[in-house]
Amino acid sequence: MAYTASIPATPPRAWDDARRDADNYLTHSRGFLSWALTLDHKRIGLLYLISILTSFFLGGMLALLIRTELLTPSKTIVDADTYNQLFTLHGTIMIFLFIIPGIPAALGNFVLPLMLGAKDVAFPRLNLTSYYFYAVGALLAIGSIVFGGVDTGWTFYTPYSTTTSHSGVYWLTFGAFILGFSSIFTGLNFLVTIHKLRPEGMTWFRLPLFLWALYGTSVIQILATPVLGITLLLLIVERGLGIGIFDPNLGGDPVLYQHFFWFYSHPAVYIMILPAMGIMSELISVFSRKHIFGYKFIAMSSIAIAILSFLVWGHHMFTSGQSPLANMIFSFLTFSVAIPSAVKVFNWLATMYKGSIHLDTPMLYALSFLFLFGIGGLTGLFLGALAVDIHLHDTYFIVAHFHYVMFGGTVIAFLGGLHYWWPKMFGRMYSEFWGRIAALLVFVGFNMTFFAQFVMGAQGMPRRYYNYDQVFTFWHVLSSVGSYIMAVGFFLIAGYLLHSLFRGAKAPDNPWGAATLEWTCASPAPYYNFKTTPSAGDPYDFSNLVYDRSIAGYVPKSLPQPAEAKS
Amino acid sequence: MTAPARREMERGNTMTPITEHEAGTAAAVEEHPHGHPPYLQHHFDTPQQQFESGKLGMWIFLATEVLFFGGLFVAYAVYRNHHPEIFLYAHQYLDKTLGGINTVVLICSSFTMAWAVRCAQLGKQRGLIALLSLTLLCAFGFLGIKYVEYEQKWKHGLLMGYYYNPQEHEAPHAESAPPAHSEPETPPTASQPAFPDPGQDASVEERSTIPPAAVGPSGLASENANGGHANNRKPANVHIFFGIYFAMTGLHGIHVLGGIAVIAWLLYRSVQGHFNADYFTPVDLVGLYWHLVDLIWIYLFPLLYLIH
Repeated sequence: MAYTASIPATPPRAWDDARRDADNYLTHSRGFLSWALTLDHKRIGLLYLISILTSFFLGGMLALLIRTELLTPSKTIVDADTYNQLFTLHGTIMIFLFIIPGIPAALGNFVLPLMLGAKDVAFPRLNLTSYYFYAVGALLAIGSIVFGGVDTGWTFYTPYSTTTSHSGVYWLTFGAFILGFSSIFTGLNFLVTIHKLRPEGMTWFRLPLFLWALYGTSVIQILATPVLGITLLLLIVERGLGIGIFDPNLGGDPVLYQHFFWFYSHPAVYIMILPAMGIMSELISVFSRKHIFGYKFIAMSSIAIAILSFLVWGHHMFTSGQSPLANMIFSFLTFSVAIPSAVKVFNWLATMYKGSIHLDTPMLYALSFLFLFGIGGLTGLFLGALAVDIHLHDTYFIVAHFHYVMFGGTVIAFLGGLHYWWPKMFGRMYSEFWGRIAALLVFVGFNMTFFAQFVMGAQGMPRRYYNYDQVFTFWHVLSSVGSYIMAVGFFLIAGYLLHSLFRGAKAPDNPWGAATLEWTCASPAPYYNFKTTPSAGDPYDFSNLVYDRSIAGYVPKSLPQPAEAKS
Repeated sequence: MTAPARREMERGNTMTPITEHEAGTAAAVEEHPHGHPPYLQHHFDTPQQQFESGKLGMWIFLATEVLFFGGLFVAYAVYRNHHPEIFLYAHQYLDKTLGGINTVVLICSSFTMAWAVRCAQLGKQRGLIALLSLTLLCAFGFLGIKYVEYEQKWKHGLLMGYYYNPQEHEAPHAESAPPAHSEPETPPTASQPAFPDPGQDASVEERSTIPPAAVGPSGLASENANGGHANNRKPANVHIFFGIYFAMTGLHGIHVLGGIAVIAWLLYRSVQGHFNADYFTPVDLVGLYWHLVDLIWIYLFPLLYLIH
């Protein structure tokens, strides 16, 4: 309420409203520097989007090389050393350059202030800084191929990482160190923005659930990433100066490294999945035309996941020789994470129940997510069980499990979110027909690739192996063929999305009939987001929106602002 | 006076109930055509909102800093717990006097920083400049003394990991020919305290034979249990202590350098007259940062120098 009176105090608009409406953020100013030095959250989001999609492309190409190599039990296209470097780089690029910044930094940057009805994030300059940290970190990480290569796997376990002759370890770990700061800055920015820049009427329990998810993500980014920073720094010092903390030859403890590493990297798993769950909450509700079921439970489960994520890192180390008591505690806590995750899934299902489900492309991805994340999450319980984990540890079962969660969960939700907000980003609609075909291809290809890995993992095929026993040939070939199908799906997506930029139909302000604030401004978003700070109502109340055939989008029933109708 | 200005005052700066505040805000508001002060960024509604955002952001950043150092504190705790004898032995090579002086220097700098923040809030330009300069001086003093300490360690080969090569002894790890009792006779610094009495040492030795809990298959246990060390007053792996010492104080030193950079920037801006009773956010935030850097040293000093 306190800010209400000050709203009229914002500068009187000297410019003409009509001209300003046409003045969207894409065309507001031109030239390279207007993008490279922009402080606008939407442009920074777009810079991030282009960068992470480039990284995704690189990581995907590496994955295809790996799958191609694994078509035959012995050498197919590359030698063993190159193979080790391929999967290391694939993992590092996908995790540090794509999945972690993917949803928060690219989509979140674009959407978060719009959802809040704010003009920008709290610290625009920090936002730009975080992008450049990302860019430098990414270049260092990718540069590691040139400067010696890395063959440690993305986990950089000591003492191998401090003794391997591949000196690219410096570059890659220093790159990841810098990327960590990019992640911290983004999280810090989002936390402050959500705390301080909410509009009138948006109480904590009227926040769109995507923002609750981003809030939880930011908390993890802030609390976990510094630990990764110091761990990688110690690793670099260890390798460079032989400081000895992780080196058994010097009396150091390599298992300590694993503890440090997973203290970050397990919460990081939730940095990846939480924002994906936030997108799910938006998609499921909007495309079921039904108020989200169990709002508070979904919101609180995001926070519960954020907290629990810090207590389960030891389940990555069941076979490391840590004490049986620690193993049991970590195993128990690991099971407990299933509760808030399941709370979310059941609430989404309940939201769909008796909803009016529209199978638009974003919703197809949402449904894929439910299916794939279900499998990924439940197989996580297998791995959390101590006895079973001894058998499955370091096999393809693990590889399949985390791909089902990370790819089947996060990447699928990212695609859903990308398709969902694409009209708001670029003001263009993509081909719905090809969108659905591609979603199907990705879904089928994905399951072929990774379900095969569950099977061979359960049969004992170890991960990261260059050669393998003949008996696994069938499953490896199946997996590789699946990855090619997926690749076709992704190229199709890239094709029709790029096509839509030039030939796509003009997008209405609100193509999906969503009630969150970002759909009340024009598509593409105006440079200043909102003429006046809007007031927020229930973000999942769709009763005031009707479909307008003439613009192929939704419009408020009577009042100009659906949100105002509530307040 | 405009309505938002009055409102902003009513909401008040909770930290500083100052009279200049009112007059300053009114002036700032009146001179700006749009009705908002020039330092207010376009995406904030009120200066109060901007100030609170900055403050919250800084506190969150400080939380990340604590966690950043937290990793090193955990490493310290783990090794101190597993190998207390290393810490008891090696800490004597640190110079308590210089460390103590440095602690006083940093505490003084925290005091001048806090005073500088107060001056900024009251709009006292000259006081702000003088106190920021003093803070800067203290920061340089700290680094200077740290340099002297590092140089002594360097000279005596008291370094981390593979570089640990105490000058006085040709083979620190030699198990066959233990120059055990000659070792502590040549303390590396003039102000070196007396070596602990044998009784204390004996108890230490006993503990060192307990194998560490978490070691790999070829880890410390065998090395430590080696009989060659049984009569040696110097425990194995003393370099671990220096590794942790250099990592912690080095990282802290880098933060002091960062502090010097931002305080110099503040000094520049305050000479330019950017700060007044209404706008002192950067001074306030840098103050918070500087206090954290100080606080971390206040933990580091007893943990590294004052072990008993």
